[in-house]
Formats: sequence, C-alpha cells, structure tokens
Amino acid sequence: MTLAIFLTLAVVSVFFSLMMVFTKNPIHSVLYLILTFFSIAAHYILLNAQFLAVVHIIVYAGAIMVLFLFVLMLLNLNKDTEPQKSVGWKFAAAIAAGLLLLTFLGALKGTIQLQQVANADPAVGLVKNLGTVLFRDFVVPFEIAGILFLAAMVGAVLVGKRDLKI
Amino acid sequence: MSILLLFVFAVVVEKMILIVVLFTITLGVAAYSTYGERKIAAFMQDRIGPDRAGPWGLLQPIADGVKMFTKEDFMPNQAEKWLYILAPGAFIFVACMTSAVIPWGTQLTLFGGSIDLQVTNINIGILYIMGFVSLGVYGIMIGGWASNNKYSLYGAIRASSQMISYELAMGLALISVVMISGSLSLRDIAEQQTGFGWNIIYQPLGFIIFFTCALAECNRAPFDMAECETELIGGYHTEYSSMKLGFFLFAEYINMFISCAVISTLYFGGYNFPGLDPAWLGGLMGPIVLFAKIFFFIFVFMWIRWTLPRFRYDQLMHLGWKSLIPLAILNMVLTGGGILLFGN
Repeated sequence: MTLAIFLTLAVVSVFFSLMMVFTKNPIHSVLYLILTFFSIAAHYILLNAQFLAVVHIIVYAGAIMVLFLFVLMLLNLNKDTEPQKSVGWKFAAAIAAGLLLLTFLGALKGTIQLQQVANADPAVGLVKNLGTVLFRDFVVPFEIAGILFLAAMVGAVLVGKRDLKI
Repeated sequence: MSILLLFVFAVVVEKMILIVVLFTITLGVAAYSTYGERKIAAFMQDRIGPDRAGPWGLLQPIADGVKMFTKEDFMPNQAEKWLYILAPGAFIFVACMTSAVIPWGTQLTLFGGSIDLQVTNINIGILYIMGFVSLGVYGIMIGGWASNNKYSLYGAIRASSQMISYELAMGLALISVVMISGSLSLRDIAEQQTGFGWNIIYQPLGFIIFFTCALAECNRAPFDMAECETELIGGYHTEYSSMKLGFFLFAEYINMFISCAVISTLYFGGYNFPGLDPAWLGGLMGPIVLFAKIFFFIFVFMWIRWTLPRFRYDQLMHLGWKSLIPLAILNMVLTGGGILLFGN
C-alpha cells in the first residue's frame, strides 16, 4: 500500500518537475514548481514528517513561490520581449550543461549506497520530538542558523532603505 | 483482515459524512452571510434592504445564485484560458480546506456510537491553517494575471502583497497562543479553555493583532484594497463574470466564516461556555455555542465594514509592517516573560 502510494507520488513529482523545465511560459513553470513542492510535501507525510511537510508548504509554496510569481508577473516575460540567444550560444550551453552532468555523475557514482536506517523512530518527524532534538542536541547549530537569518534580515532592510547613511 | 477493512471503511464513511455536512454548512453560512451583510448594511444606512424574494427577503441568496448561474460567461480574448478557469476553483478550494482541522464540538452521540466533531485532529493544526492561508494568494494572483488586463493585474498584486504582509503578523500572533497552550493542535487548544479560561484573557494584544490580520486576509473593509473601485474598477476579478465571479465572491464569505471559526477557537474558548457543557444535547451543545460565537464575529466583521472608511494603500502597508509586526513581537516577548514568571 505504502509502496503504491510512493510510486504514484514519485511519478507525479517527476512529471511535474519535467513539466516545470519544459514549459516555455515562465509563469506556467512556477505553477508546475508549486505542484512539485506539493508532491514532495506528500512524500514527507508518507515518511511521517508532518511538521516538515507543512513548513515546506508554508515556506516554499506559500512564500518563496509567491515572490517568484510577483517578479515574473511584473516583468511579464514573453517571447516578443525576451532576447533570443543565437544558435551558437545555445549549442555551447547544452554542451556545458552535459559536461556538468557527467562530472556530477562521475563524482557521485558509487558513493551513494542506500542503507535501511536501523531502528528508525517513526515518530521522529512529529513536532514535539523535532523540537526536543533541535533544542537539546543541536542547540548551537540552531542558534547559529537563527543569527544567520537575523543578519540576512538586517541586510535586506538596509538594502531596502532609500537614503542610506553609513 | 476483513474486520480491519470494515473498520477502515466505517471510519472513511464517517469522515465523509462529516465533511459533506461541514461543506453544506459552510456554503449555507456563506450564502446567508451575503443576505446578512445586505440587511446589516441596510440597517446601518437606515434602509430596508432586500425584501422582495420570499418573506423578509430570505430567498435572496438563492435568487442571487440563480442570477449568477444564468449570466453570460464571458472570457477575454487574450486570456490564458486554463489558468483563467482554474483560478476561481483554486481560490474556493483553498477557502474550503481549512475547516478540516477546526474542532466543532467534543463528540456527537448518535445511535449509541460517538462521532468526533472534527475531521482530523492532526498535531500541527495551527500550521495547517497557516499553510492554507498562505496558499490563498494563488487564486487571486493567477486570476488577476490570466485575465490579461492591467487593472486586474494591479488589483491582484495589491491584494496578494497585502495578504503576504499581514500573514507575518498573523503568524507571530499565533505563536503567542501556541506558547501559552503548549500545543499546535486546535483540539488541545479548545479543550484547555474550559469555563472562562479563554485565551483572550491572557492574549488581549494578540487577539487584536490576529483580528486585524484576519480582516486583511479576508480582503474585508477597511482593508479591501483589492476591490477599491475608485482606483481599480473591480480589482483582480474585473474580467470575471457569471459563476466564476460568483466563486470569487463566495470564497471571500467562506474565508470570513472560517476566520471567525478560527478566532472563536483560538481566543474565545471554541465550543466551551461557562455553565454549558459541550456534551449536552447528545454533543450538540458544543457546535451550538461555537456557531453562536462565529455568528457574533461575522456580525462584527460586517459592522466594521459599514463603519470604517477604507485605508489608503501606504497606510495599510505602514500598519502591517511598522505597527502590527513589532507589536506581535512585543506580545511574544511579554508572553514569554509571563510564562517565566507565573508558570503556565
């Protein structure tokens, strides 16, 4: 049963991510990306990580993708206004991307060996356990991440200020 | 194996019935909110309001529905066809989904069995609500963009930037509620507020912030930037007609109903009322109390709409980012201090 759900979800997520890459219209791409995020959130729920699933939806689908949509809608990109690259550039880009893929494949080949995690606690993804782990075992990395976000926020506010006097 | 299957089947059927009943009630309340709104507006402006269809105009929502369905379904020539059709559906779908985690009562005893009056008691109920609140933007944005109209796009961008701005203060106000109740499950939060131990007593500032944000999230006056007729003709749904427009308008009333349910559950004890046991009347007392609170808040929403003038756009952003968010953070700090000093 779980396997069947997983396979369906996997097909759905791969399909949506391929559609995201292959559609010409950037707005359609963003919408397919949102659907991909939803299917990934469903994968999290399948792994009993409800908190991660909901946060994934709130942060990615609810916040970041909205900003993407904003920018794309305001720019209103379409075929007429978008600069078209010449064939030579397209060719070079395709070769470069192919070489990058080869490099990645070579580097990652043989390093990944799927192992079943022994005695994995099925309740580890629930919010209570996650909170305990974050604030007991990983409190220093957690605080550092918090400081990083604060710094980014202050930076964003500074960039947004019109008359900057330092 | 077969007994297990039967059990699963029974649970699924029970939940399905509950969902259908909830949807019916939600849609009914939303329909009659339009009637209530017009009657209240009429009362405040010293008019009579709708009184032609049925006694006291009670059939007016049905007449409106028939009108919406029979109007010409117009589609702009250059519109993105699929997205244009998808947008109202997405908007109303997101609006309806939130009712799943609200505890409408304790348990209903029926035919000797008992039914939980909550579709699902997930332990992240509040986050689920925040998730769907943040998804509400998409229907508006897609609709406004797909119409291929500058005014629609402008209305959509206004409405959605307003919604994402007020989401932040809303989330921060929610964190304080989570801090004092120690749970993300709406069932737990409702259960803790027995008698008069309502969260509003401990969270007056948080309630005001949350209520303001709820008004803004529902695009209700005084924050109804999206349909600022004088500047934007009709907002993001300028190009919509017939039942597609009906979906947009209807979804706003559904949003209002659900927001009032969430406010009642989080701050006003949910299905609890001092002296009234939610288990009375075979469990029906809980829903009755909750719906009384919800209707009161819907009335307050309408009262505000017909009393206050609309904010200007920069005032709106100012209020959201420079007043509500700092206040919500202050509220969080105060709540933390209170918990530290007085315990739970």
